[in-house]
Amino acid sequence: MQLQDVWFLIVGFLFIGYFVLDGFDFGVGMSLPFLGKDDTDRRVLINSIGPVWDLNETWLIVAGASLFAAFPEWYASLFSGFYLPLLLILLALILRGVAFEYRGKGETARWKSTFDWMIVIGSALPALLWGVAFANIVQGVPLNADHIYTGTLFTLLNPYGLLGGLVTLSLFWLHGLVFITLKTDGDIKVRARALAMKVGVVTTILAASFLVWTLFAHFSLLGLGLTALAALALVAAQLANFKMRDGIAFSLLVLTIITAVGSLFAALYPNVFPSITDPAFSLTVDNARSSDYTLGVMTWVAAIMLPLVLLYQGWTYWVFKKRVSRKSIPAGSH
Amino acid sequence: MHTTHLLNELSALDLSRWQFGLTTVYHFLFVPLTIGLVLLVAIMQTVWYRTNDEKWKQLTKLFGKLFLINFALGVVTGIVQEFQFGMNWSAYSRFVGDVFGAPLAMEGLLAFFFEATFIGLWIFGWDRLSRGLHLMTIWMTALGVVLSAYFILAANAFMQNPVGFEMNEVKNRAELTDIGAVLTNIVAINQFPHTITSSLMFAGAVMVGISAYHLKRSQFVETMRTSLRFGLWTVVAGGAGTVLTGDGLGLAMVQTQPMKMAAAEALYNTSNNASFSIFTLGTPDGTSELFSIRIPNLLSFLSTHTWDGEVEGINNLQAEYAAAFGPGNYMPVIWITYWAFRWMIGLGMLSMLIALVGIWLTRKGNLQLPKWAWNVAIWASPVPVLASSLGWMFTEMGRQPWIVFSLLKTEDAVSPGINGVDVLISLIAFTAIYGVLAVIELKLFLKAAQAGPEVKAAERTDSEQLTVAY
Repeated sequence: MQLQDVWFLIVGFLFIGYFVLDGFDFGVGMSLPFLGKDDTDRRVLINSIGPVWDLNETWLIVAGASLFAAFPEWYASLFSGFYLPLLLILLALILRGVAFEYRGKGETARWKSTFDWMIVIGSALPALLWGVAFANIVQGVPLNADHIYTGTLFTLLNPYGLLGGLVTLSLFWLHGLVFITLKTDGDIKVRARALAMKVGVVTTILAASFLVWTLFAHFSLLGLGLTALAALALVAAQLANFKMRDGIAFSLLVLTIITAVGSLFAALYPNVFPSITDPAFSLTVDNARSSDYTLGVMTWVAAIMLPLVLLYQGWTYWVFKKRVSRKSIPAGSH
Repeated sequence: MHTTHLLNELSALDLSRWQFGLTTVYHFLFVPLTIGLVLLVAIMQTVWYRTNDEKWKQLTKLFGKLFLINFALGVVTGIVQEFQFGMNWSAYSRFVGDVFGAPLAMEGLLAFFFEATFIGLWIFGWDRLSRGLHLMTIWMTALGVVLSAYFILAANAFMQNPVGFEMNEVKNRAELTDIGAVLTNIVAINQFPHTITSSLMFAGAVMVGISAYHLKRSQFVETMRTSLRFGLWTVVAGGAGTVLTGDGLGLAMVQTQPMKMAAAEALYNTSNNASFSIFTLGTPDGTSELFSIRIPNLLSFLSTHTWDGEVEGINNLQAEYAAAFGPGNYMPVIWITYWAFRWMIGLGMLSMLIALVGIWLTRKGNLQLPKWAWNVAIWASPVPVLASSLGWMFTEMGRQPWIVFSLLKTEDAVSPGINGVDVLISLIAFTAIYGVLAVIELKLFLKAAQAGPEVKAAERTDSEQLTVAY
């Protein structure tokens, strides 16, 4: 395996990590108006991801920086090409981040409800747009001979792209709902379980159509295996949710996201940003990569740091393993 | 058709420059306070851990709260910075990604993960971790913050003084050949301590301002007396460090970017005993001088550490660069570099002077000060961050017309595929949201600062209750 392949895997790993982790944050954020009957409920929901949303979002920053270091051509073409969708994602993430921090620091109902809506929109918009973006990366976009994107925002809003967006939107919502059953207690947990069953049905239909479509367009045995695994895990997760096995349901959804996003990366390889203008203009792991020296240095850094990162982040989740409930929220204070 | 196309490209460049400038200056209003406060909070919590003195716990909590309000905005505006390299400056990213991406990715893998994880543990861990472990989490956060500053400054230093690379002519890009050289760039080594010490100055000044606000009203006197003195000494120590490291940075700059130093002084002709002007009035077009106050030979000393060292002038350097890089204008905007450099030094000195006077006035526990003295201390809080901002404007605008000194010009670095309208949309969106957030941020910061320390922490009777920060 060559260095560019190692880095294709590392970049894939970081984006998958980002979707697995921030995915349930998005789902929890989107659930505020559906599960939060009053302010205490909404605080239970927000505090269930309180200690971890920031480190989950950091996966995106690291994924982006790794893309920059390992595949500068990919980073440059992708980020300048997807200018407006990325702008929307950035604005959404800004609103969501400050809303978590600010909502508890005001007293009035209007103050809180403003920031609640910022959390909802700031969660749903990126959940949708990441799917649109990744589906379009897999499908290919108009790139000219200099690897410069020649489409517009509307080029991305094609059926396959939009379906991809709906898949991530519903899948992350389901992921968040199951996370809530795992991390909270009381009435809210019951409501989350019931809603997860409904959302699960929609997710299954959308995800199945999207993954089969992808498989037909870019068939590979690895892709077939990953798609099958994703489908199985998704169905089993809903069964586990129904049987009130929260931990198993959540783990199965983690597996679903890993295998589903993994199947997209499998469909992409060895391209990283295919051109539909002319396949010869496509960016591949070979023509988008950094030099051997850079990839070598970065491989050492990643090989040492990534296991450590997993270790101390795992420890964080263990420290905050306790369920959050209405009883956890002190009355009176913010 | 051709004209419209050209118009689009021109405006995409100009608007992208405005956007990068605005978002960076904005981002760096929060960063110095984050760097400075995390270190001060870690120190205060350590004192509390060692002495068990309730006063230090209150201070840790108060300034920890302020740290968090500020940290949130620093984080979310930081993502914008990383994305902009690809969104607006893709030609730059293609050209330097092989080199510049490495410290950026290291910043993520080594520092960002670290600080984001441990800050969560610190915020929510008050009663879930043992006291010693909880203390460790704030120091780990501080380590992450400081490391991240180092890596991003190393990346920036490559733009000021490219080292550790060779040109790949086939791919038309710079490629990394020596990561050690990039990480020990003389500019990074000098810029890093300068950034840390000036950040401490700002955090110290904020601490002084808040303490003064309460002492003026004779409330929380015991705690605020302590934070006042702690803050004053931090400003003075940070200030002394900033002067010393600034001197080193100046020498590095003369060595690597002589045009920037010449522009800082508006020194047009090479001189052997260059004076330093504190104030200059010139003709409106800036070509000749009407009046100035000068300190003889000081510029020569700052640039070379000898009183008669040669300092190269703008005209001489312009001719030199035109010969080396082809015809063109290699001068930054002189009036900006000239005044930004002066105001940076002047405001930094002013802040240090105020702190020194404060230490003198409050010696032997004296807190009977006239109202105006407290007001000066309050209003002096933002002075160091203004100096830092001006310092960065000087550093970045003084590098122009280059984005990477001697390798790539800013005008050649903008994304070729983006159009002016898109950039106008993003510029307006960022300006509007950043503006609104600045107002909310300041309001919340002041509210928490004016509320002061919680004198008695709420008793937790219910064991089910945990620290919930939101």
